[in-house]
Amino acid sequence: MITVGIDMGAKNVKVVVLGDQGVICRALRPAGLDTDQTARQVMAAALEEARVGRGDVARIVATGTGREDAPDSDETMTDVSCAARGAHELCPEARTVIDIGAEEARAIRCDARGRVQDFAINEKCAAGTGAFTEAMARALEVPIEELGPLSLRSTQAIPMNAQCAVFAESEVVSMIHNNVPRADMARAVHDAIASRMTAMVRRVGLEPPVVLVGGLGRNTGFVESLKRGLTVETIVVPEWPELVGALGAALVARGGA
Amino acid sequence: MRAHYGYEDGSGRYYITIDTDRCNGCAECVRLCPAAVLEMVEDDPLEPAAVAAVTAAQRNRLREACAPCKASGQGALPCVAACAPDAITHSF
Amino acid sequence: MAEARPEFWRWQERRWRDDTVDPRAGGILSAGVDVGSVSSQAVVMVDGRLYAWSSRRTGGSSPDSAREAMAWALEGSDLRVEDLHFVVGTGYGRVNVPFAHKTITEIHCHARGANFMYGSKVRTILDMGGQDCKAIRCDERGKVVAFQMNDKCAAGTGRGMEVFADLLQVPIDQVGPMSLEVDEEPPPVSSTCVVFAKSEAAGLLRRGWPKERVLAAYCGAMAQRVFALLSRVGVEREFAITGGIAKNPGVVKRIERALGFEAVTGAVDSQIAGALGGALFGHALEQKGRGQR
Repeated sequence: MITVGIDMGAKNVKVVVLGDQGVICRALRPAGLDTDQTARQVMAAALEEARVGRGDVARIVATGTGREDAPDSDETMTDVSCAARGAHELCPEARTVIDIGAEEARAIRCDARGRVQDFAINEKCAAGTGAFTEAMARALEVPIEELGPLSLRSTQAIPMNAQCAVFAESEVVSMIHNNVPRADMARAVHDAIASRMTAMVRRVGLEPPVVLVGGLGRNTGFVESLKRGLTVETIVVPEWPELVGALGAALVARGGA
Repeated sequence: MRAHYGYEDGSGRYYITIDTDRCNGCAECVRLCPAAVLEMVEDDPLEPAAVAAVTAAQRNRLREACAPCKASGQGALPCVAACAPDAITHSF
Repeated sequence: MAEARPEFWRWQERRWRDDTVDPRAGGILSAGVDVGSVSSQAVVMVDGRLYAWSSRRTGGSSPDSAREAMAWALEGSDLRVEDLHFVVGTGYGRVNVPFAHKTITEIHCHARGANFMYGSKVRTILDMGGQDCKAIRCDERGKVVAFQMNDKCAAGTGRGMEVFADLLQVPIDQVGPMSLEVDEEPPPVSSTCVVFAKSEAAGLLRRGWPKERVLAAYCGAMAQRVFALLSRVGVEREFAITGGIAKNPGVVKRIERALGFEAVTGAVDSQIAGALGGALFGHALEQKGRGQR
């Protein structure tokens, strides 16, 4: 049976094509202005790479902020459920799943079968999301991919007082003015997000192992900050962290527990 | 003066309100708060009396700061229980 | 050859002095210095009468900004800081005005300043500062009866407005007037978060919305946000707006529409309310110190 999961994220549209042997192919593309068109393009590209026709697909499940606008789906499912499902598939022992997207962040506690027991979402606020790191990377004038490695070169922790991405940008500007090393500022940015995430995780209850999914999983510096914040030795980050939601959706489409 | 300290975001409204006309400056709330949320400050610039207030450090993170007391489910919050003139209220 | 990038967020720094007032003939010289996160103001009063003031962008350090604001206000007069009998420092966060005799919270200073600027009938003040937004209820003497402040989030603050001016490449003082050039009021931007509103606005622009319409949508969202802040303390007339955004008619008019009445206007620059209140407190405290009260 072939199913497809499509994650209509705030920034990127992600697609996973799932077969009986596992993931057949993955695709990701910036959502852009016309998300409908992007979704169709990503879907077409994924199916082509998978060498699968639309008629061969048994079921499509959509998730993500824009899931209701997915052009060709049979069902929609929440980000929380899909993140937990996908994370559990890749790491069956997972009990705490942290999903940080471009505009939303979620802390999820699940049971041994990957079912959601409790969750917390930050809403309507860019702080603690990918948008925050992007704004900070701009303020620090480093490419976003460099933010992680830069922060790992930090020699000291400095607190970031601002709770808002816009205020944090001004704070960064004034720190640059005062010759604070960029590496320390990059670390401060990650520490700030980690601290927000830690508060959210404590609300749902921290239970190792912890899995981090979403684009921020690729940021090695952030992972270190999160480990410190949660006081855990390890955090599992899947190979394609931003595609876990789409994977979860594809699994939901497959049905079963 | 009714001083509303706190914030609101997508998940709710988190305010601690201190009625400084009722506050008698006893500072019991400051002493009993386990999270250093409260402090004594000058109220009227032209009069010397001190009243309770929420600290600048905690004002924007009240949800997290007050969570331990609220989660313990022990009945009234320590600060509210300690206040004889009923000067402190929580919106959450 | 590098071209200087126009700074759309840059608002005009101002100063003023009343040369008909003779500070040397005055009994009490008081001053208030308000160091905000974005702008700093200094106000000098002679026997409780407005003599001089300045408003400029806050620099990297609080003490420097305070000194510079004061120096600029006094420039051209023959007064020096040392001549002032009582200086009150106020402003945002851990304000540090080294030459102040006392520090008073901005809430109290704002209420006092607004009472002076708008008259004893003012009962509700909305201050939209650089990085915070305050709703204050006061009595006829300018004493605070209730207040609430948002400084966690950029929505409803000057910084939020600056971000937008920059995104749309519109000089900040044009944002308000341009936002009113719409035939029909568009729905407010759905996100109060400035970061998200920015992406939303970029999308609207790409979809062909004229700048005026996008500005209208953003000013509408700001007004909505601020209205929510006001609702907790309640609005009693007369209602005054202080701070930099008071100069943005796009936000002011929309707030007035939501309230159903107009804000009172004053003859003095709305940005100096805090420093002015400080100077008034300074005057009163000096009088008290001299046994005159």
